[in-house]
Amino acid sequence: MNVKAIMLILMACAVSAPASGQGFAGLGSDAGGFEMPRPGPFDFPADHGPHPTFRIEWWYVTANLTAADGTEYGAQWTLFRNALAPHEAGGWASPQVWLAHAALTTATQHLAAEKLARGGIGQAGVTAEPFGAWIDDWELSDHMAARGEGFAFDLALHATGPIVAQGDGGYSVKSAAGQASRYYSQPFYAASGEVELDGKHVPVTGTAWMDREWSSQPLAADQTGWDWFSLSFDDGARLMGFRLRGATDFVSATWIGADGRPEPLPPGALRLTPLRSTTVAGREVPVEWRLELPAKELDITTRALNDHAWNALSVPYWEGPIRALGSHPGRGYLEMTGYGGTK
Amino acid sequence: MLSLTDVCKGYASSEGRVTVLDGVSLSLAAGETLALTGESGSGKSTLLHLCAGLDAPDSGRIEVAGHPMGRSDAERAALRRGTVGLVFQQFNLIPSLDVAANLAFQARLAGRHDPRWQADLVATLDLGSLLVRYPEELSGGQQQRVAIGRTLAARPALVLADEPTGNLDEASGDRVMALMLRLVAETGAALLMVTHSPRLAARLDRQVHLRGGRLT
Amino acid sequence: MTGPMIALSALLSHWARHRVQAALLLIGLALATALLTGVQAINAEARASYDRAASALSQDKLPRLVAERITVADYVALRRAGWPVSPVIEGEALIGGQTLRLIGIEPLTLPSGVAPDIGLAGDPTGFLTGKVILSAEALNDPRVRPAELPPGVALTDIGVAAGILGPEISYLLLTGDRPAPPGYALIHPATTDLSQLTESFHLNLAAFGYLAFGVGLFIVHSAIGLAFEQRRGMFRTLRALGLSARALTGLLLAELLVFALVAGAAGVVLGWLIAGALLPDVAATLRGLYGAEVGSGLTLRPVWWLSGLGIAVLGMLASAGQSLWRLGRLPVLAPAQPRAWGRESARAMRGQALAGVGLIGAAAGLLAVRGLWAGFGVLAGLLLGGALMLPLLMAALTRAGQRLPDTWARLDAGDVFINEQLALRRGLAPGDRVEQGVIAGIYPDYGNPMPQVILSWDRHRALYPLPVLRYALITDIPAAEIRAAFPRVVVEDRAAIRKASVAVFERTFAVTAALNVLTLGVAALAMFASLLTLSSRRLPQVAPVWAMGLTRGRLAQLEFLRTLALAALIYGLALPLGLALAWVLLAVVNVEAFGWRLPMLLFPGDWLRLGMLSLLAAGLAAALPVHRLARIAPAELLKVFAHER
Ligand SMILES: Nc1ncnc2c1ncn2[C@@H]1O[C@H](COP(=O)(O)OP(=O)(O)OP(=O)(O)O)[C@@H](O)[C@H]1O
Ligand SMILES: [Mg+2]
Repeated sequence: MNVKAIMLILMACAVSAPASGQGFAGLGSDAGGFEMPRPGPFDFPADHGPHPTFRIEWWYVTANLTAADGTEYGAQWTLFRNALAPHEAGGWASPQVWLAHAALTTATQHLAAEKLARGGIGQAGVTAEPFGAWIDDWELSDHMAARGEGFAFDLALHATGPIVAQGDGGYSVKSAAGQASRYYSQPFYAASGEVELDGKHVPVTGTAWMDREWSSQPLAADQTGWDWFSLSFDDGARLMGFRLRGATDFVSATWIGADGRPEPLPPGALRLTPLRSTTVAGREVPVEWRLELPAKELDITTRALNDHAWNALSVPYWEGPIRALGSHPGRGYLEMTGYGGTK
Repeated sequence: MLSLTDVCKGYASSEGRVTVLDGVSLSLAAGETLALTGESGSGKSTLLHLCAGLDAPDSGRIEVAGHPMGRSDAERAALRRGTVGLVFQQFNLIPSLDVAANLAFQARLAGRHDPRWQADLVATLDLGSLLVRYPEELSGGQQQRVAIGRTLAARPALVLADEPTGNLDEASGDRVMALMLRLVAETGAALLMVTHSPRLAARLDRQVHLRGGRLT
Repeated sequence: MTGPMIALSALLSHWARHRVQAALLLIGLALATALLTGVQAINAEARASYDRAASALSQDKLPRLVAERITVADYVALRRAGWPVSPVIEGEALIGGQTLRLIGIEPLTLPSGVAPDIGLAGDPTGFLTGKVILSAEALNDPRVRPAELPPGVALTDIGVAAGILGPEISYLLLTGDRPAPPGYALIHPATTDLSQLTESFHLNLAAFGYLAFGVGLFIVHSAIGLAFEQRRGMFRTLRALGLSARALTGLLLAELLVFALVAGAAGVVLGWLIAGALLPDVAATLRGLYGAEVGSGLTLRPVWWLSGLGIAVLGMLASAGQSLWRLGRLPVLAPAQPRAWGRESARAMRGQALAGVGLIGAAAGLLAVRGLWAGFGVLAGLLLGGALMLPLLMAALTRAGQRLPDTWARLDAGDVFINEQLALRRGLAPGDRVEQGVIAGIYPDYGNPMPQVILSWDRHRALYPLPVLRYALITDIPAAEIRAAFPRVVVEDRAAIRKASVAVFERTFAVTAALNVLTLGVAALAMFASLLTLSSRRLPQVAPVWAMGLTRGRLAQLEFLRTLALAALIYGLALPLGLALAWVLLAVVNVEAFGWRLPMLLFPGDWLRLGMLSLLAAGLAAALPVHRLARIAPAELLKVFAHER
């Protein structure tokens, strides 16, 4: 195993919970001198940029796209920041390590790529004002662009609604024991541009959703993974909901009105029930779900555009576009980690 | 015990082909002793070697103990281990083994080593004081006594001896000969002995003479 | 005990009564095995070092991008333009009191599998944050951790290397299948293949091993021949007593196998010691000649035991094959007939005796005649001209330097020089044309596996408008003055370079000289074995002369003189043969194998020395048999008359 693999394991905390969480790289504590998230207002635009004193952070965009002929696509652009020490330094001495994932999904194909870079020298990073995130030739600003083996996309992003603070004013609790992160979203992007698949360029339009989150201890020791939904309903409302699987499941959700006003839902208000599983990369993964939210008279079934939206990267996980059917039809993304154990 | 019918044997030499045995027939009963005489170069050793299976006749038939002489080297070697014992003029002891080991050698090789019989032989041949010596430390007569002991220790049914006393002075030759005849008689073996000496030949049951490739 | 065991113990009893002979057999085979395994061990160790270098630092296998100057900003600009590159800062650094080749890598952009195991030795982020330097050496720098790396190399994060060596990037590794970006030159990895570069050196060493093995087998052959000769009577007796020819052959084979295994085991251990003793010099030579790092530690690998014992068994069979085959072929009565055996032996014996003495003069000659296989050829040449080879190299190098100025002017006119490798490979001669221009001359280029062209500066710039990587100027101004005036300029003193080269060749001498001495020693032993065999065979010839009134002392004297005269004669014959072989090696084998040629120079002084050595060795080898003859008990001589032998 080389240093890269070790870095990837460190990064794994960002997308999947440790198989045996206790003491893994100190994530259960802040022994490394990392700052702990606290409730309070965000400080924009500074908070669009990196927070090097926190252990981990991500810029996470998913887009549901449609071509002129009605073909559906999903695109993912993700940049993770992982700090080996709670500070930033210039040049090679920077303890900040960056990891990025990009993927393109159709009903029959799922292609994913990965990049690693160190901070301090400008190869990867994020600026708050004007906002820009990049790693090598992948970029996220007013557009998102990435390319990998056999695929590429370049999509202009245009916000059609406000930024939404998740949880309690941007303080998102992740377990009954109080693990938490700072978390906000921009669920109202209109996306348009081009995807490239096997050398063919296809113009597409659709919606996109950005999640921003940073923390130093996002999971409780017993939590092994999560199922995370972001849904844009045809009526303009949005729903973010997740289930952290542990000794007892921890479910949290935010209802976002068409006007962008967030309504944090009490734990347990959203009911998540897996309906159908399929074997992906040798693991049983639930790809069809029932979501019930009685307070909003919501009762929907979600189906994956592609059951095999498996990111077979150094940290493998399921991430793909879904469609909601039932009381609230719409589209969105589902992320599932910790199935069948990572490394 | 031994029967030869019309045995012929010749050698290629520098003067062309030389016939040594030219139709030799002979038979020897169990327990019988036979002296083979003849001039030097008449083919006595050749005949003996054929009987021992050390060489093969050009034609004719040789039977030992009722069985025709085997064709393969392995069969003939087995015959020498089991049935036939050889005593040579040049003793042919194994120089790197001591007297005791030499004495026991053939019986062991044949899988018929009998310590009591060997002790008897040692006593009869008066070798008790020589057991830890090596062949090169023995006189000719002593060596031949060891060679005779080695042959008889394996209790062969047929003993073939080629001038066993040829290298010895008359007195020790007589002594060795007496011992050999006594032991052959004791074990009931048949004996075919080559000798130059009519005096020695006379001590055996029968005598045959080889001349011009034939027995007379 | 069963029958076969009885017979086997009888066969083996011979050795208990002939200890010197047994010792010779064992020593011969052990020495043969030892020299061969030793040399092979050295080669294996060196090759393992290269492999380790290659696998630990397989960035050496990736194409490199170089430019006049590469900054971090340049690197980032390339990455941001989508180029798959990874930066390396490399240079000499003093770490823990030792100068190491410090290689600073950027692990996050290196493809996996290129960097060695740099994690798990404590905290996994230590490497990235510069708290860890990896090296094979145990140095008293708290950052250094032991790792599977070639000796003399330290691997560290690029940040650490930048701190020690400066921020400039030495080169970029191109990790994807892409052409060079504009402004960068691409260097393909083949030019740094150590194993290719050092192949001729290892072939030479291997050749030495095979030669020594061959000589060792000669000892074995003599000893076995003697043992068979002496046991002729025993074989006949055994067969007369009822052992079949096949059983006897089988038992002798078993006996030889026992010897082979005992000697082989001793040989492996001995070979290990030899290799251990020679390896430091070999390592120094490889470092000096090729910059190849080879560790001076040696591990007794299990595979040596296997190969060593295998070699011993094969060698034993090869040496005994003749005797065994003859034994199996003869009719039962014949082995005891000295003349029948003698007729069979005579021819072989004469050749053997001659070879025994000749080995000292030019063992090489006779052995190589057996098989002119390229390796054996080189090996033979090495023995005879072991000392010749390297002075020749030196001369070749100096001559290369002298010949060039004559045609130097033609370079400016746009003509080119090519090296011999290129000339031989493409069959080019001066006046022919290559892509770069008309060939003005061909220069010898020792050890280089690659074709090469020298062209003028203007011509180079016209053909390859790439950034210039390095300038070099030749000047008469004393080095110290230049250094004082231009501190950043690297100044190489030609005298110092020459001194360093000579030092390297001296060490190569040390290795070849050591092997020379060992091989000569083995050859002397072979001659001793052979003379011992002869002396017992000659007893029947000597005895009548003694009986006619010549004293044993006088007989011994005559025998001694006879041996010396024979040695001198053989030496006289072997010398031209050896020279011919050396010529074949230099002009044929080496050219075929490596593409470069060495001029043949003659060193009569060395011949004289070799002649004296031959006589000395022959004298020493004859001493014991002759001494024995002088003291032989009259009874022994009498036995010749007393018994048919
Ligand atoms: N291997 C051989 N090749 C050629 N001729 C042989 C060979 N062996 C024996 N002879 C010849 O065969 C003849 C008989 O020899 P053999 O040894 O049988 O005689 P022998 O009667 O035993 O004589 P001696 O009384 O002298 O021992 C002799 O003429 C001899 O020259
Ligand atoms: Mg006779």
